[in-house]
Amino acid sequence: MADDRVEVRKTYKLYIGGAFPRSESGRSYVVHGTRGRQLANAALASRKDVRDAVVAARKAQHGWAAATAYNRGQVLYRVAEMLEGRHAQFSEALVSSEGLSAKEASTAVDASVDRLVWYAGWADKFAQVAGSSNPVSGPYFDFSLPEPTGVVGIVAPQTSSLLGLVSVVAPVITTGNCAVVLASQAHPLPALDLAEVLATSDLPGGVVNILSGRTAELAPVLAAHRDVDALDLAGAPPDLGTSLEEAAAGNVKRVVRPAAAQDWSASPGPYRMLAFVEIKTVWHPIGV
Amino acid sequence: MSAPAAGHLEPVGVEPVGVEPVEREERAGRGEQAARSGHTDQAGPGEHLASALGWPGATSATGGLAGPGLAGLAEVAGSETSLRRFLYGLPGVDQVGAEARAASLATRSVKTTSKLWAIDTAISMIDLTTLEGADTPGKVASLCGKARRPDPADAAVPPVAAVCVYPDLVPVAKAGLRGSDVKVASVATAFPSGRASLAVKLADVADAVAAGADEVDMVIDRGAFLSGRYGLVLDEVRSVKEACGRAHLKVILETGELATYDNVRRACWVAMIAGADFVKTSTGKVAPAATLPVALVMLEAVRDFSDMAGRMVGVKVAGGIRTTKDAIRYLVVVNEIAGDAWLEPAWFRIGASSLLNDLLMQRAKQRTGAYAGPQDFSIE
Amino acid sequence: MATTRFTYAPAPEARSVVNLKPSYGLFIDGDFTGPIDGSHFKTESPSSQEVLAEVSEAGPADVDRAVRSARKAQEEVWGPMPGKERAKYLFRIARLVQERSRELAVLESLDNGKPVRESRDVDIPLAAAHFFYHAGWADKLSYAGYGADPKPLGVAGQVIPWNFPLLMAAWKLAPALATGNTCVLKPAETTPLSALLLAEILQQAELPPGVVNIVTGAGGTGSALVAHPGIDKVAFTGSTEVGKLIQRTLAGTGKHLTLELGGKAANIVFDDAPLSQAVEGIVNGIFFNQGHVCCAGSRLLVQEAVAEGVVEALKRRLGTLRLGDPLDKNTDIGAINSPQQLDKIRELSDSGEAEGAQRWSPACSLPERGYWFPPTMFTGVAPAQRIAREEIFGPVLSVLTFRTPEEAIEKANNTPYGLSAGVWTEKGSRILHMAARLRAGVVWANTFNRFDPSSPFGGYRESGFGREGGRHGLAAYLAGGLDG
Repeated sequence: MADDRVEVRKTYKLYIGGAFPRSESGRSYVVHGTRGRQLANAALASRKDVRDAVVAARKAQHGWAAATAYNRGQVLYRVAEMLEGRHAQFSEALVSSEGLSAKEASTAVDASVDRLVWYAGWADKFAQVAGSSNPVSGPYFDFSLPEPTGVVGIVAPQTSSLLGLVSVVAPVITTGNCAVVLASQAHPLPALDLAEVLATSDLPGGVVNILSGRTAELAPVLAAHRDVDALDLAGAPPDLGTSLEEAAAGNVKRVVRPAAAQDWSASPGPYRMLAFVEIKTVWHPIGV
Repeated sequence: MSAPAAGHLEPVGVEPVGVEPVEREERAGRGEQAARSGHTDQAGPGEHLASALGWPGATSATGGLAGPGLAGLAEVAGSETSLRRFLYGLPGVDQVGAEARAASLATRSVKTTSKLWAIDTAISMIDLTTLEGADTPGKVASLCGKARRPDPADAAVPPVAAVCVYPDLVPVAKAGLRGSDVKVASVATAFPSGRASLAVKLADVADAVAAGADEVDMVIDRGAFLSGRYGLVLDEVRSVKEACGRAHLKVILETGELATYDNVRRACWVAMIAGADFVKTSTGKVAPAATLPVALVMLEAVRDFSDMAGRMVGVKVAGGIRTTKDAIRYLVVVNEIAGDAWLEPAWFRIGASSLLNDLLMQRAKQRTGAYAGPQDFSIE
Repeated sequence: MATTRFTYAPAPEARSVVNLKPSYGLFIDGDFTGPIDGSHFKTESPSSQEVLAEVSEAGPADVDRAVRSARKAQEEVWGPMPGKERAKYLFRIARLVQERSRELAVLESLDNGKPVRESRDVDIPLAAAHFFYHAGWADKLSYAGYGADPKPLGVAGQVIPWNFPLLMAAWKLAPALATGNTCVLKPAETTPLSALLLAEILQQAELPPGVVNIVTGAGGTGSALVAHPGIDKVAFTGSTEVGKLIQRTLAGTGKHLTLELGGKAANIVFDDAPLSQAVEGIVNGIFFNQGHVCCAGSRLLVQEAVAEGVVEALKRRLGTLRLGDPLDKNTDIGAINSPQQLDKIRELSDSGEAEGAQRWSPACSLPERGYWFPPTMFTGVAPAQRIAREEIFGPVLSVLTFRTPEEAIEKANNTPYGLSAGVWTEKGSRILHMAARLRAGVVWANTFNRFDPSSPFGGYRESGFGREGGRHGLAAYLAGGLDG
């Protein structure tokens, strides 16, 4: 009988380099849902996991940036397809972890899919909007193009664990960066489920890496890491923000500070893409 | 750069393996006839290539096709400066265009009878190779057995072209291939790096030749090439060619280390001017090894050299060619770039080991309609 | 065509993947219907002259019905729909084109005559890419540089040619739909079938009825559409002659117009060109798609110093081209699309000989049935000869020479056309100098015939006006410009 059936529960692991390893520290922590219900054990990532994730991201970055913009757009669209296919799973996850109503959860999943489609459509247009040819005073062809900055460390929003997450990850990878993401500390499960979606979307391993654990322990490691080029501090706790910015100065990282109030459902504009690209300007003489 | 030794004003041509002497003279004769007649309308494409390269004068007094001809090319090789000018004067290779052409050729669909022909041809072009530190007489003997009779169950399968080993194992290979038409090729010149003194490299060649190698696969000095000492590279090839005696010389360019198609083109010309019988892509010890676009550039070079100098040079692709599909793609490139004349083991070789069994599997599939498995064929 | 032992054996793409119906209706308001006052005509395969199907010819009443349906859909459904939802329809269409790519490729080769390798590797992937690219603009128009909230024009009447039937449909529909317009599309008379299969795909995508309507027919259908008072915009790709006619017809009507017309592009080869790749580029420039390309590199302008060598290299290369059955995967040169086009190519080629140029073709056996023309090259061409000035639209290359960059520019620009040009040299500054001076909408340097949905395409002067593709291509379908 259905009621007697014992369900097989999922073990949640990290997502690094396209694979799902446990934390090298062997630690875990209990993830609670609404009304204190225990949902699962999630890996408690360590500084060494952060180190490994940065290595994986760096390794994947050259290839991902070298893919055509069209190709990156196709992959992002595929992520949207895969997420749409798991609509019910993610809605349920949001209800049980964040306490959203069924309707709110469904709307959030819809918005997350649409957000991915939004960014998928940016991949092969962004250079046309952010780049230019510049009319310099001289016989030179002068053009400016956006290039991905490299490896971006992301402290994902603590609440809005799916829509907020997608809204900070997608803009980073659309332009060819790779990401090391610290999932929401209290609500990591949608992020780890999203890792499964990413792994089945033709996304090369290492482009996105997702770690669950204590933000206060992991964020400073990411902020001080010298092989990370930029930081999105969207989910940084207020008491941590300043010290993270200070640490980031160690190798002049580009930093996006957390907004005072963030409505993730609003249309984002190109700003989170612009924040993580370098503008390269090239000169070439014109003559026979 | 040292003056060329007497008797080496013209690159020495040893009979290419498998080609009847009469055929070769005919080819040379055509060139001489064209030159003697002095009429540009009888000159072949070589003259036009020469004019495209900006060579002054239409005919050469010393024979050969109009344009520099073999003797003219020897003059080019007479000094570092003139050699460099010649090499830098060759048309450049656009990377994107060359790769696009290779990719387009790779879409050719080769089916049925044509596929069977291609498989058998590819088998007959293989230099079955073992070049490991761990090679033993037993390993080489076993390889020779495979080389002579690739498929124990089917005598119709042609033998491969050659077995390729390190110089100290040449005697074993000779014994293993006695009575067959399969040649013994030996690497030499401090293969694979080539980093040793000329004396050591020539001694390496001498060992191989003394042991009875029919063919010698040498490596060029990539360090010298990449630092612009093209004359040194050319001199070394000439010296090795001399040391080869009757053995036929393949010159490995190690295209992966040369890095650009322009360099590959120039290295081909250095080797061909110096007397190479074959130009070869790789040692197989460095990645990338053979690729379709690299083969395309090399086949263009041997084609243009043949037009200009009246002498055919072969091409060997080696390293990373594992499947029948790959092998057939190379044959397509040979066919459409250099032409039908190169579709012979005398002029095109594939250095490989595991490729042979894949060819046998595909051959069986073509004949029986069912996919074969690896256990249907012997290991080497 | 060159003799070789390695002939590859026939490698036919299976026709069975295509489900040809005996007859096709018009696609209006989301459904296939027979013509009210039109009739029927047949479409044949130009490689065999086999009749493929019967197709409806839309008469004026059918065109009227289609335009009304498009207007209703635009006002009630498509116009009010948020961009991000329109986007998802276009993404669906792109995906479906990818999923049904083989079927589309075979059908395109059957109906048009082009080699299946080209329809498989170029036409169909680019068509899917056009839908993908433009899908992404639908909800980002405020970033396109046309103002904070650009509006669509309304209903677009779009007339497309026979040389890239599905791709031209994609080039027209994708930007129009992305920007919120609805469409009435008229495919070319000799190549209606891939557009009709696209209509099935639109049904599969559940595109709301009336957003796209497809009215097959010939010149009469096209005229009726262009002249219909109920459309806001006309987009035409085809001959310069018909383009001028349309421009005259629209005079005084206030309708928006973009034209993509003919060309006589110069492909300029300097003495320092990467020779082998230049030869490939020349061959690709004029023999790709049997030369039925508006931007074909139909004039080779080669620097006199290297002209002989380039011509010899070209002859050798032409000898390896394979002409024959378009459905054979190894075919390089397919059939000429129609007997009318074949006559035109023959007439102009004969004029070349008559006017004193030297004609050359590789040895080539032509199939008995069907419309065929061997790849042909004329040397010793003078700028005043017809083959140097008139668009042949076939596999015929005219070779002229030049001495200096200035002379090359002068000769290249000496034409009423201005669609495209090619430049072959290893010197970067010279590429940029030539690009700055050539009066052509597309300049290809060390390459040719490259297309991308993000890259604007269109001509100068009598090659038309307006651009397709890229951010610039959106302008053609947005209101708020000088025409209102």
